[in-house]
Amino acid sequence: MSNPQQLRYTKEHEWLSDAVDGVATVGITAFAADALGDVVYAQLPEVGDTVTEGETCGELESTKSVSDLYSPVSGEIVEFNQDVVDDPALVNSAPFEGGWLFKVKLSEEPKDALSFDEYTALTTGN
Amino acid sequence: MSTAPRLTALDALHRSLGATMTDFAGWDMPLRYASERDEHNAVRTKAGLFDLSHMGEITLTGPEAVKALDYALVGNISTVGVGRARYTHICQEDGGILDDLIVYRLGETEYMVVANASNAQVVLDALTERAAGFDTEVRDDRDAYALIAVQGPESPGILASLTDADLDGLKYYAGLPGTVAGVPALIARTGYTGEDGFELFVSPEHAVELWQALTKAGEGVGLVPAGLSCRDTLRLEAGMPLYGHELTTSLTPFDAGLGRVVKFEKEGDFVGRAALEAAAERAAGRAPRKLVGLIAEGRRVPRAGFSVVAGGKVIGEVTSGAPSPTLGKPIAMAYVDAEHAAPGTSGVGVDIRGTHEPYEVVALPFYKRQK
Repeated sequence: MSNPQQLRYTKEHEWLSDAVDGVATVGITAFAADALGDVVYAQLPEVGDTVTEGETCGELESTKSVSDLYSPVSGEIVEFNQDVVDDPALVNSAPFEGGWLFKVKLSEEPKDALSFDEYTALTTGN
Repeated sequence: MSTAPRLTALDALHRSLGATMTDFAGWDMPLRYASERDEHNAVRTKAGLFDLSHMGEITLTGPEAVKALDYALVGNISTVGVGRARYTHICQEDGGILDDLIVYRLGETEYMVVANASNAQVVLDALTERAAGFDTEVRDDRDAYALIAVQGPESPGILASLTDADLDGLKYYAGLPGTVAGVPALIARTGYTGEDGFELFVSPEHAVELWQALTKAGEGVGLVPAGLSCRDTLRLEAGMPLYGHELTTSLTPFDAGLGRVVKFEKEGDFVGRAALEAAAERAAGRAPRKLVGLIAEGRRVPRAGFSVVAGGKVIGEVTSGAPSPTLGKPIAMAYVDAEHAAPGTSGVGVDIRGTHEPYEVVALPFYKRQK
């Protein structure tokens, strides 16, 4: 579904797809999924919720810790991934594919999104 | 004190296996190699290979080694036969637990104490001080050993293919010197997973060789390298305490439900005796809080430090919590007020970030292997 090089990213390790008909898909990166370890519980925003860029909108719980989920963009939730709620391990096995988290109808363009190269530099220190 | 993490003899090997490393008590240790859930399940059903070289070995030798240990620890070490091991505690004068230990009797007048990594220095200092009046030598052997554990139902077969040692004669909590894959080792049938298994104490220069031999021997039966993350979920399911969580200096063994490790019947004084006698009496009268198991009805995981609640009141505190791969639900150990501690007590919850999630109170352990 997603080519990582064509996505935008946040410092909190979310990815954001290009909008299609004003709707963008959000997930967490493989780097983040790997750092979390096995994800066992996903609390995702509900359809109709308003999310704000840079603010928390859910949480991901792994064996060792709980991580807040930050929205990479402002807008309204139009869908969340029920498959991930049912089987959170999808976040580990396919973070850019079947492990996507939610879809947002954008109210504005993201202000702080990083390019693939910028995000790669952030996570590799290069 | 240097702040650089200490590396085990297997460090390069862990990195070559792609391990996620973590700082643990000043050591760089493998947290997991791939999926901690898969590692956990492998130990329950097949076998797992652990590097536990961070554990602290302290050796006592000499004619009064056993007397020194009987004075320093709460257990009755004089009843431990050669080749046997004993789980015990070392307490402060006020009865508070300094550490939980395993003592191996390696010979007539030779004992090896294995302390938790985070307490190794404290235990070494306490043993050195407490043994001062006895004809015994206390030796810091932390750098003398690497420790490799093979745990799980396939572990006897894996080990048997590499040693002539009499494993059938090696009972749970026994240890004997032998040779594994050509490497001299102390072979102990001990572990921290709730499964059958072995802990192999070897010279650090032989660690890589032994690890590789075990890996090869376990190839056909599903042995995988296993990190500290699954070690924690394995011991939690088995209801085994972890120092710093279920055991602390502010608790006596009686508070932790482990009063049986304190042996008042042994001869002579031991550090903490008077305070522990008072603690035993208190526990017999009215236990303040009890260590229980909690099983989640929902999917959110309780963590150490979270409040246990009932009827809107705080009635206890979670000491360890994790998603249980075996039960498929979050589980926790917690100290709760005695009136809410009976298995099946209803209306008990855990405050998880402001929400009171319902939990079932159960007796420990959560998991017992079929023997």
